[in-house]
Amino acid sequence: MSRPKRQSAPTGGLPPLKPSRLSPRDILGLGAVGLRARRARVVLSALGIAIGIATMVAVVGLSQSSKSDLLAQLDRLGTNLLTVEAGKDALGQEVRLPKSAVAMVERIGPVQHATATGNVDAKIRRSDVVPEERTAGVTTQAARTDLLTALGTHVAKGTWLNEGNERLPVTVLGSVAAQRLGITEPGGKIMMNDEYVVVIGILGPVELVPTLDCVALVGFPAAERYFRFDGHPSMIFERSADAAVEDVRAVLARTVSPGAEGSAKVSRPSDALAAKAATDKGLTTLMLGLGAVALLVGGVGVANTMVISVLERRQEIGLRRAIGATKNAIRLQFLTESLLLSAIGGATGAVLGAAATYGFALAQGWTAVIPPWSLAGGLAATLLIGVLAGLYPAVRASRLHPTVALNAI
Amino acid sequence: MTTSTPGSAPVVELRDVSKAYAGDVHALRGVSLTVCAGELLAIVGPSGSGKSTMLNVIGTLDPPTVGTVRVAGYDVGGLSDAQLSALRSRHIGFVFQHFHLAAGRDAIDNVADGLLYAGVPRKERRARARAALERVRLGHRLDHRPAELSGGEKQRVAIARGLVGEPDLLLADEPTGALDTASGEVVMELLHELNAGGTTICVITHDHEIAGSLPRQVRFRDGEIVADSGAKEAKEAKEAREAQQGKQGKQGKQAQQGKQAQEAQQGKQAQEAQQGKQAQQVRSR
Repeated sequence: MSRPKRQSAPTGGLPPLKPSRLSPRDILGLGAVGLRARRARVVLSALGIAIGIATMVAVVGLSQSSKSDLLAQLDRLGTNLLTVEAGKDALGQEVRLPKSAVAMVERIGPVQHATATGNVDAKIRRSDVVPEERTAGVTTQAARTDLLTALGTHVAKGTWLNEGNERLPVTVLGSVAAQRLGITEPGGKIMMNDEYVVVIGILGPVELVPTLDCVALVGFPAAERYFRFDGHPSMIFERSADAAVEDVRAVLARTVSPGAEGSAKVSRPSDALAAKAATDKGLTTLMLGLGAVALLVGGVGVANTMVISVLERRQEIGLRRAIGATKNAIRLQFLTESLLLSAIGGATGAVLGAAATYGFALAQGWTAVIPPWSLAGGLAATLLIGVLAGLYPAVRASRLHPTVALNAI
Repeated sequence: MTTSTPGSAPVVELRDVSKAYAGDVHALRGVSLTVCAGELLAIVGPSGSGKSTMLNVIGTLDPPTVGTVRVAGYDVGGLSDAQLSALRSRHIGFVFQHFHLAAGRDAIDNVADGLLYAGVPRKERRARARAALERVRLGHRLDHRPAELSGGEKQRVAIARGLVGEPDLLLADEPTGALDTASGEVVMELLHELNAGGTTICVITHDHEIAGSLPRQVRFRDGEIVADSGAKEAKEAKEAREAQQGKQGKQGKQAQQGKQAQEAQQGKQAQEAQQGKQAQQVRSR
């Protein structure tokens, strides 16, 4: 540096003294000086932040993934399915739906599709060797051949009931029913009351109406012929245009059992799924709280590391002051160091959290969803913690008197 | 780089500077000192004599309690902390007894740090650091870390850091204090060389032998200058005082001149002795 040029100016003809600004790169370099020298400590104190951020990112990611999976399921299954169940009247007597119920429902304007199942009193056993009382928790229902179309599902194996076989002693098993009976392939025989029936198909899980998973389905005519089924439906399934669902719902009970509409139970199966998507909030909040606590503890760790770093580096601070660092520059150096430290933790945490979300979603068969706002929020929290944790040590460092700092050994 | 000869514009001017610490400790009592560009002087005294306080006051690390301090023409008393930092970054270089090098960084990085706060771009900092290391004859140790350097080499790196900004004043605090005799001699020789190149250097030491090897010695005791072998002004002031007190001013002046000549002679001898030793060392290597 050349000597100040003599020219008429303030400070007695000397150029004014103005501290130089550090370039961003120099500031980053200064912040990294302390980190590079103490790697083990950096890893440990960044770990605290990493755990906090990872928890938060993973919690948000998992709850979002689960929710988006449910919503996708809803989308796929549709929300326009309504069911009507036969209930009990005021005296506790079972009210049977009229045989013509399906035809009446079909006559409601916006209804696109209506079908039904009926309870059949037939006990199911694996074979005649099993006592009649041991029904394996599987009940029998009669089903119309258009049931699967209305539910939007299909058989996983074998074939479904059709006009050709609905009169024959054949059955299609729900997924759970098949499992309970130990049947994995169609073609086997089971006993219904004293009749052997052939299993011609096995359903996949029926997501909208899980009760169908535990039943053995036979055709209406076959049920009437072999199991003295009276032909009254016990449950009506109906699909209508999305916009008209509420209108249909309002008239459905009256339509299927005129005069006893109070006993018919109308419900919308998709509501259960929608409710599921909306729940889990409590748990998510709790986990987020835990993540925040971890983050806070991590921040305290960073602050602690920074305080120790300042204590250990008094000579360095004194030297820097001697070679021209302003208080501001010292503050900036330690603040940057703290920011870098928590940013390392935050970035690691975000990666870990995202990886955990992907791993768990993969295991659950979900599509992993990591909302960008959770990453941005994590980053913001990290930077905030870096500043808060670094502020006090940085101010302390900048207030060290250069001569005291230099003489400290 | 200042290339002026001794006797030109003053780099340091202290006028009646006192420094008192809490508990009625007077580290400096009315000290006046002028250092001109191109000088090589020693501030010498036993520990507790106030020479370290002098270093801090001249280096603008610590303000005086009373009195004015001018460094490179700036009146230090009127400057803010940030301005003092700027003054240090551009006009003063420091060399410390314990080097204060950053352990994990190589010689170039350590030296380049000397320019960090003077607003020099990174590339230029490194280029000038390389040049400064070559000036202290460490061109072969550019990428060595402090742990890979001997004590003398470390101090030379520290000197390079002190002068990389081409300051008006290089303040060296016990530069040989942590070194063995041979390394210490190399360092002192280097300081002579740098001074010959025009750098104003002020060495603070308790070692009379080292002080004696320098052209000018300012001796401290109990916070006061007890002898200054080269200060024209100090001499004049003393003469004036003596004249006022009606003492034999002429005699005093003659005596002083005699003393000065004697000290200069001593310094020269010491220097020659040093050079001789070094030559021997080089041969034995």
